Amino acid sequence: MDLAIHTEKLARVYKLRGNKKEAAKELVALRDINLDVRRGELFGLLGPNGAGKTTLIKILTTLLAPSSGVARVAGYDVASEPEKVRPRINMVSGGESSGYGLLTVRENLWMFAQFYGIPSKLANERIKQLLDIVRMSDRMNTKSSDLSTGLRQKMNIVRGFLTDPEVLFLDEPTLGLDVEASLDVRNFVRGWMEANPDRTLLLTTHYMVEADELCDRVAIINGGQVLACDTPANLKRQLQSDVIYRMEVSPLNGLQPEALEALGGVRKVSHEAQDGAAVLELILAEDDALGSVVNMLTGKDIHILNLQKREPSLEDVFVNLVGHSMKEAESDANG
Amino acid sequence: MQATQGIGKPAKERGVSGRTFRAAAWLGWQIESNWADPLIFFIYSVIKPLSGAAILVVMYSVITNGAFDDPMFAYIYLGNAFYIYVAAVLTGVSWTVIDDREIYRMLKYIYIAPVHVPVYLLGRGFAKFAFGSLAVFITIAAGVYFLNVPLDLSLVNWPLFAVSLTLGIVMLAMMGLVLGSVMLLIVNNANFMGEAVAGALYLFSGAVFPLSILPGWLQPVGYIIPISYWLELLRRSVVGQVAESFPTFSQFSDIQLLAILAGLTALFTILGFVVFRYCDHQAREKGYLDRYSNF
Repeated sequence: MDLAIHTEKLARVYKLRGNKKEAAKELVALRDINLDVRRGELFGLLGPNGAGKTTLIKILTTLLAPSSGVARVAGYDVASEPEKVRPRINMVSGGESSGYGLLTVRENLWMFAQFYGIPSKLANERIKQLLDIVRMSDRMNTKSSDLSTGLRQKMNIVRGFLTDPEVLFLDEPTLGLDVEASLDVRNFVRGWMEANPDRTLLLTTHYMVEADELCDRVAIINGGQVLACDTPANLKRQLQSDVIYRMEVSPLNGLQPEALEALGGVRKVSHEAQDGAAVLELILAEDDALGSVVNMLTGKDIHILNLQKREPSLEDVFVNLVGHSMKEAESDANG
Repeated sequence: MQATQGIGKPAKERGVSGRTFRAAAWLGWQIESNWADPLIFFIYSVIKPLSGAAILVVMYSVITNGAFDDPMFAYIYLGNAFYIYVAAVLTGVSWTVIDDREIYRMLKYIYIAPVHVPVYLLGRGFAKFAFGSLAVFITIAAGVYFLNVPLDLSLVNWPLFAVSLTLGIVMLAMMGLVLGSVMLLIVNNANFMGEAVAGALYLFSGAVFPLSILPGWLQPVGYIIPISYWLELLRRSVVGQVAESFPTFSQFSDIQLLAILAGLTALFTILGFVVFRYCDHQAREKGYLDRYSNF
């Protein structure tokens, strides 16, 4: 199999220094990650903040050494052959305002093209073409310090695509972008992949829809471990025999979701407070189980405000694997 | 949106250092010169070095009652003028790590590009060298025209000056590489390091007073600092008679001093790349390449 990315028992442990108030400790960011991404694949890493996605990208892009295990990108070992990996990759991190503010958009991009050995004429042509695509042609000569966060992010995305890498890493590329800009980015990513079957793209996101829409395969990652890896359709098929309800109710009055999970036929329940109400996502073995849920809620004087039956989503797959929602997982990771 | 056609070929290995240096020097030049309009930038470029020299001149005048004809004045003035290179090149190369990691947050993108990072740092330092040269020229010209610093262009030993200056700049760049490499491993307070090192070297390198003035037990510090030999060679080449008035290095001929400077430059060149290799490895181990302190 022609692999663009291959990891084997990849692990990363951060050693955190102690101080007067806290003892030194170790933080396991990744444990035994085994991953194969085929050439030409748009592969998604889906998980909450703190799951280990960015750590994995840092290792694959040669910024961080693994604690143990093997990681190869474009056939080269990232730890021992970083100089062979770097000409073949590029990366874009979302949600940050990096860039040389004193340079114009064109100058920022042209300079990076020089680092990658792209002739000036070709670089200028590509810059124009890509800025047209992201609808930033009119800002080509604007200093990047004068750009909004969203436009800076778009410039950063252009920087990633400008070098036309064999393997591109997009770390939360739509973080902080508005809906329209996010859609632009997703469409562009899809088109870029379709234009050449040799391109490989690894995308990390915690937006379920993004992973579902874009990715050929998705690995769900939490607590530094890959919990499942398959096509979005196959992952959701695991829940095909289940029924899923989204229920909006009045505040839970102290009722714990675990109490609902103890009911017969109820597989998983995730809970989120929302503007004086609560939203319950229920994964049930069969429709009949809904009756006992309703009984328990009404018995606690909890009113049902809205009830929807829906198809399984990747969020449900995550809940089924982890036991709680992505947001709850993020809260746990943040302590 | 539509995607572009075609896939890029990996960057050519040949010429990596050359293109890295050129692009880094271009970036450094833009950063140094682009923050103001050209007129303000020109005024700043003239006033800044003159202000630095003026502080020294006023202090000297008060202490010596205006003895500007004393060889000591030329010694101090020229030492101070050439020391501008130390601050510009040494801290210019090393500060790039802080600049790119903390301020522009671009170090990680530079790192994953097919560039030679040490060459990139040296390229960024080159722009500082260019601006430093302008400042040195302005400072010396002001000293000659307004303060009677005894510099006669027909008496300057130009070959010695050119070789000494070149060796010294390479040495300072390599010292900057050592410092910059260490900064890769310091997340907090790394921004003070460059100035602290340049300040410490200022005291012990014979920039503003001959090493013989230092207490005996401190003089060896001056003798192990390469900058001491470099400044002595520059003074000898530019105003030989002033250098002869201070016997600190009188036991060495010009050739011997050049040999010492060349040896130390070679040592720091090797040291620069060895230390970088070690610190680069450690920084990747510890995950410091994109760690921000938000200082």
